[in-house]
Amino acid sequence: MERGEVGAAHVTTPSVQPAGPALSRNTRRRAILGLIARRLAFAFPVCGVVLFGVFLLAALSPFDPLEQYYGVRLETASEQDMARVRAELGVDDPVLVQFGHWLGGLFSGDLGTSRSFRQPVAEVLAERLPWTVLLCAAGLLVAIVLSVTLGVLAAWRQGGWLDRVITSVGHALEGIPPFVLALVSIAVFALALGWLPVAGLTDAGAALSVGQVARHLVLPAVVLGISQSPWLVLHLRQSLLTALTEDHVTGARARGLSERMVVLRHALPTALLPLITLIGVRVPELVTGAVLVEEVFSWPGVAAAVVQAALAVDFPLLAMLTVLATAATLFGSLFADVTTALLDPRVATDG
Amino acid sequence: MAELPQDWLAAGRDRAGTPRGGQLGTRARLRTVVGLGGLVLLVLGAILLPWLGGLDQTNVDYSARFIAPGVAHPFGTDANGNDLLLRSFAGLRVSLLVAALCAVVSTVLGALFGALSGALGGWPDRLLMRLVDTVNAVPHLLLGIVIVALFRGNLWAVVASIALTHWTSVARIVRAEVLALRERPFIDAAISGGSSRIRVLRRHLLPAIVGQAAISAVLLLPHAVWHETALSFLGLGLPPHLASIGNILTDARQAVLLGSWWVVVFPALLLVLTTLATSGIAAGWRDRLVPRRRSELAL
Repeated sequence: MERGEVGAAHVTTPSVQPAGPALSRNTRRRAILGLIARRLAFAFPVCGVVLFGVFLLAALSPFDPLEQYYGVRLETASEQDMARVRAELGVDDPVLVQFGHWLGGLFSGDLGTSRSFRQPVAEVLAERLPWTVLLCAAGLLVAIVLSVTLGVLAAWRQGGWLDRVITSVGHALEGIPPFVLALVSIAVFALALGWLPVAGLTDAGAALSVGQVARHLVLPAVVLGISQSPWLVLHLRQSLLTALTEDHVTGARARGLSERMVVLRHALPTALLPLITLIGVRVPELVTGAVLVEEVFSWPGVAAAVVQAALAVDFPLLAMLTVLATAATLFGSLFADVTTALLDPRVATDG
Repeated sequence: MAELPQDWLAAGRDRAGTPRGGQLGTRARLRTVVGLGGLVLLVLGAILLPWLGGLDQTNVDYSARFIAPGVAHPFGTDANGNDLLLRSFAGLRVSLLVAALCAVVSTVLGALFGALSGALGGWPDRLLMRLVDTVNAVPHLLLGIVIVALFRGNLWAVVASIALTHWTSVARIVRAEVLALRERPFIDAAISGGSSRIRVLRRHLLPAIVGQAAISAVLLLPHAVWHETALSFLGLGLPPHLASIGNILTDARQAVLLGSWWVVVFPALLLVLTTLATSGIAAGWRDRLVPRRRSELAL
């Protein structure tokens, strides 16, 4: 690894030296590619099992698709008519046959039709996914900036008043659900101070523009970021404290480097590595947070669609969103493992 | 050779990452005591206050709508003119009961699963653990929403939704514990004495993991409260006649837009206090059982 890559120079102080540099770099690259391939191969069966599990749950549920199909007209529908629709929807087929039909549809690119949005599922996803990605990316950015700043400050003065404030606020925030944070922030910044809009993607009737979206993005993104940050802050503080006791930090101190240099250039890179892993592993919590934040701020993303789909028992959409979230989780853990393996040559790539 | 500065001790104390003030051990003990005391107070309040105050949630009194916190109503009143102090504690009681039920169900489920997996070993173990990985790959709230959506409208849907998503962590912990126990001489002795796998599991392994399982149940409690609140907030949780803190917070959404901040703040405060108290107890307890993990306490 070349000097100058993200903190790599400081991370690589291994107790066991790798064999030859050229040879080890090639084997390393192959091992990481193997890790990615294995994980991807594992991801498909997992998504399949999740799909099947969700389908089984739907089959077990007392919910009647005919009722959904007919709505209030169920009272007046004739027996023959109902029998025809039953046969058309395949309600009476065995569960496995129904699953096969549905899966066949998925593979031929037909994701089904969403009942709650009265649109094909693929269209719903295409319209809403970009907004969720935007919100999650902005939220994650806020969370990372917050956690690195506060984590370093807390560890720098361990036990001081700043550390105590940061740690206890962090612990308290762990217990506050994101929607409470969202409601309070709406009350303060949108209603009392009137700085930012209450909800939505644009002002009522306004055209979609970068400025509008940016203004509406601030509150949801900051709330999402703050709700994700306590774990990151506390974790970074802890790993930085551990890093500060390591030999290379003692060495840096012994060479008379300034505190600033010691903490930011020698201890922090080692401590950032576990943070990357944590961010990758916490993707499910990010998704959960996005569901709640989008719901409160009426953000038109896929996460808010989960709630609408659930309230309307919109099975095709609900199943696709579940698989999408599963894929995001698996990707998060893959990202964490690959980044760690790339940055730290001591880490094994056994998966 | 450079001389050490006169105040080298003080200079050392100024180094980054040097702990100052307070013994860690004492602080952990303090946290346990404060947590336990706080939880007892909250539970007592949840049991006694709605009863003493004569709360009737079906009562609607529009003349007493949205009264700001004051002497007569310390937490203020909500959209129906109910006293929010009484209503929040009544909601807390529902939340705690549901959470305790969920924690127990998922702990039993997870402990049995983990013990079975650890005791069987080999390919059944690997298969069961893959299943745990798969369940974990779906974000918990999302899986919970799917379960509640498909079996809507009663308490058991919520319990199932929380129990079916939270047992995996218990299963992992218990399996690790069983794997460690399997190496111990008393298990070897039982096997050489001719005990069957099932008997070893029932007589020797399960009793040994009860402590771990109990900690897991306590640790799950705040998660279950959180999860239930989120479901109820989204309108997918408990039916309105079993109003939990989550249901109260749903009502609070409109109230906030009308400018009544107290309808959100006080119920949420109870929620946070409960979480903090429980995590304080759990951390202290774990600390006592596994002193080696003391450094992880801050997490």
